[in-house]
Amino acid sequence: MAVDTQVPSEGVKIEKSSFVNNAFMRVARYTAVRLLTLFVTVVVGIYLTINIANMGGYVDEIMKASIRENVTQKILANPANKNMDTETRKGLIVKSIALEEKKMGLDTPVAVRNFRYLSNALVLKLGRALNMSSDHGSREVRLIILERMPATLLLMGTSQLFLFFTSIFFALALSRHYGSFMDKLVITLSPTSAAPPWFYGIFFILIFAAIFKILPFGGIVDAPPPDNVAEYGFSVLKHIILPGSSLVISSFFLSIYNWRTFFLIYSSEDYVEMAKAKGLPPKDIERQYILRPTLPTIITSFAFVLISLWTGAIITETVFLWPGLGRTLYTAVGLYDTPVIIGSTIISAYLLAITVFLLDFIYALVDPRVKVGSGN
Amino acid sequence: MDSIKNSLREILRYPSAIFGIVVILMLVALAAYAMIAVPYNEAIRLWRGGEEIWYQNPKFAAPAWINFFSSKKLPESFAVNTVNGTMQKTVTPGAEGTGTVDIAYTFDFTYDDFPQEMFLYFTTKFTEKQPFVSIVWLTPDGREIRIGSFGINQKETYRFSQDDKLKLRLKDENVMQGLFIDPKTKEIVKGKYQLAITGVTFEEGSQIDVEFVSHGLVFGLAGTDHARRNLVLPLLWGAPVALAFGLIASFGVSILTMLIAAIGTWYGGWVDGLIQRITEVNLILPFFPILIMVGTFYSRSIWVIMSVTVLLNIFSGGIKGYRAIFLQVKESMYIEAARAYGASDSRIIIQYMIPRMIPLLIPTLVSSVPSFVFLEASLALLGLGDPVLPTWGKIIEDASVNGALYKGYYYWILEPAILLMFTGLGFAMLGFALDRIYNPRLREI
Repeated sequence: MAVDTQVPSEGVKIEKSSFVNNAFMRVARYTAVRLLTLFVTVVVGIYLTINIANMGGYVDEIMKASIRENVTQKILANPANKNMDTETRKGLIVKSIALEEKKMGLDTPVAVRNFRYLSNALVLKLGRALNMSSDHGSREVRLIILERMPATLLLMGTSQLFLFFTSIFFALALSRHYGSFMDKLVITLSPTSAAPPWFYGIFFILIFAAIFKILPFGGIVDAPPPDNVAEYGFSVLKHIILPGSSLVISSFFLSIYNWRTFFLIYSSEDYVEMAKAKGLPPKDIERQYILRPTLPTIITSFAFVLISLWTGAIITETVFLWPGLGRTLYTAVGLYDTPVIIGSTIISAYLLAITVFLLDFIYALVDPRVKVGSGN
Repeated sequence: MDSIKNSLREILRYPSAIFGIVVILMLVALAAYAMIAVPYNEAIRLWRGGEEIWYQNPKFAAPAWINFFSSKKLPESFAVNTVNGTMQKTVTPGAEGTGTVDIAYTFDFTYDDFPQEMFLYFTTKFTEKQPFVSIVWLTPDGREIRIGSFGINQKETYRFSQDDKLKLRLKDENVMQGLFIDPKTKEIVKGKYQLAITGVTFEEGSQIDVEFVSHGLVFGLAGTDHARRNLVLPLLWGAPVALAFGLIASFGVSILTMLIAAIGTWYGGWVDGLIQRITEVNLILPFFPILIMVGTFYSRSIWVIMSVTVLLNIFSGGIKGYRAIFLQVKESMYIEAARAYGASDSRIIIQYMIPRMIPLLIPTLVSSVPSFVFLEASLALLGLGDPVLPTWGKIIEDASVNGALYKGYYYWILEPAILLMFTGLGFAMLGFALDRIYNPRLREI
């Protein structure tokens, strides 16, 4: 990241107007270069993903075979074609297959089509899914993704935001009571984060769903879904507890540990000691001397949490039968549905690129030592 | 030598490190035992084997030791055979080449539930005239139940539960229940049961051999799965596979990442730029979906998946961290000295720069092992595990596909899960301790 601390003496003697001009030029140039490199990065990343998702052209073979079968079946089954002689019918079949392939774009070589996929993806024309459809029966990738997004955002949003804020809160408290029993407990428990969420999920299902039978095994709402809004909400709440808490618990202690260590490093700085010596209340020390300088890091981390909401948790969603994006992506891979895979990748790629881009400016806003585009 | 001794002494001051080391050593021992006790090819053959290998085992049987913890004792499985002498057989020759074969097996039945099923596998030798057997069941309270009488072919399987005549005779739809209860009190009769088979052969050289198999409700040390496979096998063999996958992947990733970061910082210029750009592109690539795609489209071989994992993980955030430190190392005096006396680039990178990084490398390496072990399990859970190898993840997948959680076969999921958990904890705890030892800044905190 091209963010660096500014040497204070630089530009002191320069006239004010030219300084403003310089700053503007610098920011503009920096913005342009940064946007360009990020864009190229996204393009290359998406192109690679497209190639992998296309299996270097093998998906075409699968699609061609299914078109051939469908078209042949359709023509043979059509009563209007009953009296046709074999030759004409064959001709018709060949023509229809060619037409259908052309419609799907299969008459152009894979390499060319990959570029078409790429350019469509880049302008967010996500196209139509090959095999999947939304619950309302639409083939539009956009609609499929939009339909699944609320479930993922609900699950990931509640769990990740809860995780983020509670771990920072606990970490701050622990960094104040460093060496206490709780502190040691968190250190001891932090290796539990070696296991992924689905692992805890299985244990939770076993305990709460299978043995005690107090919470559902999976899904997002009871079947059939309650009509009453309040009951519906309550049912969703019941279903979200297990997947949500497995997502939280699997990174809870490590997250607290990491933040605590991070805060401790900052709270051993001289200016914090100074503030303590001055007798400032701990609340103020925390807010102004520890949280303030660590704000860029907290914001970065928060930004990446926000991005992670989007991708969903593929396995956790699969284990809990949660109808979110992660599970959709997994299904899409199983169905060779390239447009859906690319659609969901391009959106997270854009989100990532935008976040990375914006972070530079946010740093400059929250940290007076940082200037956009300064340094090399 | 002294420095190794010192760091070892340092490590032993951390209880979590000792725990980690003990767990890892146990895993290594388990893995070594697995590879010696069941050689690779044998393990694959057994794991991929069907009924012909595992017919003696019940399906979905819990491990036998659960009987210790439960007041309700579940019947164990057994298989006895006249060929190896576990079942008694006496042959009395008669007139004109005929012969009488008496086979009997007495066993103690002190359980509170019935077996799943019992089988008799007959193997006979004859040229023209079929041998004939009649089977009798003797209960502890002195009742004698006629099971059946029939002629038998070269190979013949008799399933107790599928004999409709026997059901009529016992006046019970459930044959197992009929055989083990007292018809008046309807309670299980405990004590010595005897299965007696009397066979008659009608030819010179004609023979009868029998294998008596009882599928209980519990089996062995670890229980069985839906394909009657003894779970001890995949649990044992999961250890070397998990260790190999975790260690090779984490070694590969950590060392290659460090090497590439060192090369980038040393040469600078376009090499560094290229590495940085690749890292940024790699950040865009969706790691787990790509792994799923590779598993679905190309190959589910564990080695292919591992290579892709390593490849995608090399150019990760770690490279930036190493780069920052290498930039400092590059400026240090001893590197300048090495340059002055004309050391080659590769010598400086490999002999001077990388050794400086080892203290940082070791904790990362150890703590990243669990994530790779669990990655393998995660892929297996999605049905993308290696199709040939028995692994812990594969057991969990089989279990969840067969609804183990819904049907109450908890042992099936818990056994591999506990092993996975111990592996993860062992490496994570050691990694944590190493991190504190090698990064003194953390030690004070």
